Amino acid sequence: MKRIYAKEEVCIGCRLCEIHCIVQHSRSKRIIKVFKEEFPRPLSRVIVEEKGPLSFALQCRHCDEPFCVEACMTGAMYRDEEGRVMHDRDRCIGCWMCIMACPFGVIKRDEGKVASKCDLCPDLEVPVCVANCPNEALVYREVE
Amino acid sequence: MSLSLIQQEFVVERDDEKCIRCEVCVRQCSFDVHTYDPEYDEIVTNDSRCVGCHRCASLCPTGALVIRRSPLEFKENANWTPGVLNNIYRQAETGGVLLTGVGNDRPYPIYWDHILLNASQVTNPSIDPLREPMELRTYLGRKPEKLEVDMTDEGPRLKTELAPQLKLEIPVLFSAMSYGAISFNAALSLARAAEIAGTYYNTGEGGLHRDLYRYGKNTIVQVASGRFGVHADYLDVAAAIEIKIGQGAKPGIGGHLPGEKVTGPISETRMIPVGTDALSPAPQHDIYSIEDLRMLIYALKEAVEYKKPVSVKIAAVHNSAAIASGMVRAGADIIVLDGFRGGTGAAPLVIRDNVGIPIELAIASVDTRLREEGIRSQASLIAAGGFRSSADVIKAIALGADAVYIGTAALVAMGCHLCQKCYTGKCNWGIATQDPYLEKRLNPDIATRRLVNLLNAWGHEMKEMLGGMGINAIESLRGNRLQLRGVGLTDTELDILGILPAGR
Amino acid sequence: MEMRSEKDISGCSLAGFISESGERISGDVIISSIAVMHERGNGLGGGFAAYGIYPDYRDYYALHLICDDDKSREQAERFIENNFYIECKEPIPTRNVPSITDPPILMRYFIKPMVESGKEDDFVMHAAMKINAEIDGVYVISSGKNMGAFKAVGYPEDVGVFFRLEEYEGYTWIAHGRFPTNTPGWWGGAHPFTILDWAVVHNGEISSYGINKRYLEMFGYRCTLLTDTEVMAYLFDLLLRRHRLPVEIVAKALASPFWEDIERMPPGKRELMMAVRSVYGSALVNGPFAILLGYRDGLIGLNDRIKLRPLVAARKGDMLYIASEEAAIREITNPADVWMPKAGEPVIGRLKGEIQ
Repeated sequence: MKRIYAKEEVCIGCRLCEIHCIVQHSRSKRIIKVFKEEFPRPLSRVIVEEKGPLSFALQCRHCDEPFCVEACMTGAMYRDEEGRVMHDRDRCIGCWMCIMACPFGVIKRDEGKVASKCDLCPDLEVPVCVANCPNEALVYREVE
Repeated sequence: MSLSLIQQEFVVERDDEKCIRCEVCVRQCSFDVHTYDPEYDEIVTNDSRCVGCHRCASLCPTGALVIRRSPLEFKENANWTPGVLNNIYRQAETGGVLLTGVGNDRPYPIYWDHILLNASQVTNPSIDPLREPMELRTYLGRKPEKLEVDMTDEGPRLKTELAPQLKLEIPVLFSAMSYGAISFNAALSLARAAEIAGTYYNTGEGGLHRDLYRYGKNTIVQVASGRFGVHADYLDVAAAIEIKIGQGAKPGIGGHLPGEKVTGPISETRMIPVGTDALSPAPQHDIYSIEDLRMLIYALKEAVEYKKPVSVKIAAVHNSAAIASGMVRAGADIIVLDGFRGGTGAAPLVIRDNVGIPIELAIASVDTRLREEGIRSQASLIAAGGFRSSADVIKAIALGADAVYIGTAALVAMGCHLCQKCYTGKCNWGIATQDPYLEKRLNPDIATRRLVNLLNAWGHEMKEMLGGMGINAIESLRGNRLQLRGVGLTDTELDILGILPAGR
Repeated sequence: MEMRSEKDISGCSLAGFISESGERISGDVIISSIAVMHERGNGLGGGFAAYGIYPDYRDYYALHLICDDDKSREQAERFIENNFYIECKEPIPTRNVPSITDPPILMRYFIKPMVESGKEDDFVMHAAMKINAEIDGVYVISSGKNMGAFKAVGYPEDVGVFFRLEEYEGYTWIAHGRFPTNTPGWWGGAHPFTILDWAVVHNGEISSYGINKRYLEMFGYRCTLLTDTEVMAYLFDLLLRRHRLPVEIVAKALASPFWEDIERMPPGKRELMMAVRSVYGSALVNGPFAILLGYRDGLIGLNDRIKLRPLVAARKGDMLYIASEEAAIREITNPADVWMPKAGEPVIGRLKGEIQ
């Protein structure tokens, strides 16, 4: 299964990945409208970590043995047939056990319920963060 | 502290309807032009700091930014232009020599734009490079005037031993740009692209970083007046050695790397202390005359056991033809002529804009003189200085060059926008900087790809132009001035170039 | 540096043969051969070269001159008298042919240069080039020993009759018919072009002429005859005579194999070809051509490296025939073996016997 990997040596900390993730998970998918008129604004599922000149984009690792799925008491967190760890908003009750369990800290709290976790942009061939990184610091590929 | 009179060059126009306050511009501008004010949720711009590099405008996800020339206008004056006024304001405030980067930007004549190429029709078929072989391969180095061939029972056998040659799959090389002036990532990209494309890149006078030794067989190392980084391994790993006497951007003075750009790795490679200005002496202090040059050339040849060609680079100046003739007779295997449009990481503005001659005239006069003296085959001629397209390259070869060095064009391929602020070390594109934050912006994978693309594109275009002239090997165009015609040139210029006017 | 601004384009019919045993053959044979290819020319130039035609003067250089008028002829003769011993001087015999009009003065001189032996060839070569460059109204048509070139404005078969070529006997003959695209009317512009005893007839256009010419100028050759064929003759003189390269190597310098083919050759040959192309790159003749080169010891036919002009060769007994068209060969013989030489592969006939 393909995952997103960061190349920190060429990440420039511009955070365009976060911008495009927000747009992709919005209603209108039009960047200016999303930022100026859509409220509440969706959260970015990718987080750019930064320390000094080092930076890289971090998102859900879609673990083979996901801690969040184990911790989820309603089954809102699940692994689909492709191996992606997905979140079903309708089943989520906002207990936030997944956030506590995730060793990477990539799940964020949304209004009342658990939100943003990377879903690998299932409707697209290439996730938008990868496609829009201006310096090719994110790659989408299968690694053995 | 009195009022600064230095006029800003640019204004940044932000379309507020489009600005989504993503702050990419704030993060990406190394000149601190943009700042975010959280209280009013707006981005404030300090236009006076803008250098016109377009980093912010290129990365803005909504295209909200446009950079324009500052609209603050002086009363019209053809003599006292805004640029001239600003230079004086700057010097009045600082008392210093004005520095600049990149090549001469003044409107001197560009002879390439007055030279046109031939095409074959009717009497001679043009050749289609997509269907027929079209050869760009070039060998650079000293060639004997004739060959001796023995006829044996097994057929003809070569008796003459050839001097060492550089083999190029395309007659374009990457020009000397020192590690220090450019970032490690930029140097790495040039090395990789040279390897992939079957050509060479030049280290410039900054020495060679150890991690680039693996590209040695595509590397020409430079021995310049500061002798930065020159040691036995440096010579050992290279494919050829170039003695730098001068460069087109600043004939007569030495290289200059401002202290801001001398970081740890630079210090190690150049063998100088961190933070010191790396000022190369104006002359090479052991070359005060042509016989001294001969000594150095042969010292280097001995050091590499005559296994590598030794090249000598000069800026194109008034007596280039005579100097070149002397250089050939002093033993140079390759002569490099750098015209006044050549680029630099740092040079005094007044030198860059006023010293040197156009490369077109230099190539023509050097090639003619060497042929008149019967010594043209003893050295290959590489031309440099502001080559912008494959057409410029083809015209240079037709005038007499064996190959062309590209510097500025390679940097532009990697993303340079010619803001001319290389000497600050704040290059937003990650090219002319040593700042670790900024250097990351040049991804070597991307930059290598872009350089290889550039060479491939130019190579194809050159094949098309050759085919159009009914020629299928580049050596049949080299020095073949009858394939060129001049437009809008004076008789003297036509005579120096050795070409006919269009229509004859 | 004086620029010549008119370049003559060379067309279009070639014929030639050599008797490798040295048997001397009358000129009417070559006339019949070239006449077959009448349509390939436009009547604005024809010429011949023949070897072995002056057996009585075989040790003298036979200088063929065309002169515009007596004044230029006298000027030329003064120069020749000052530098050579003249054994014999006479007009070249001609007959009236209606289509050949306004002939210039046609003279031949059998001469020996006044220099020490070993330097004669270079001396004659420079003298010929000097006459062409510096004496107005005079051109040297040929300057070899026991050979001569004959050319005029007109169809080649008429030119042959004009010069009474049936009265000459030679072991090698080459002929040419021209289709010029520039201003015609100049006898010196017809083929063959000669230097010493090299004579070249050429069908084609040399796109590398600009550099071939400048390359040759470095070695003292002066290209004055307003045509790119001149460089062919000079290149052969330089590479064959002065650099003493084997003729197969000269062919590889002028019509070089491609790098992709060189890569596939065995190591020794690959190294040789790479050296030939690197050192003689400026001698590479680019553009379409078919040439016949006659010289004292033989006859060479060669095509450019991608064969953009026709050339056919044939053998019968000790005769080698080469021509632009097979019909021209079949007109004068019934050959045993006919073939199309490949691009860049020379056809070589060598004089083996004594000249009869």
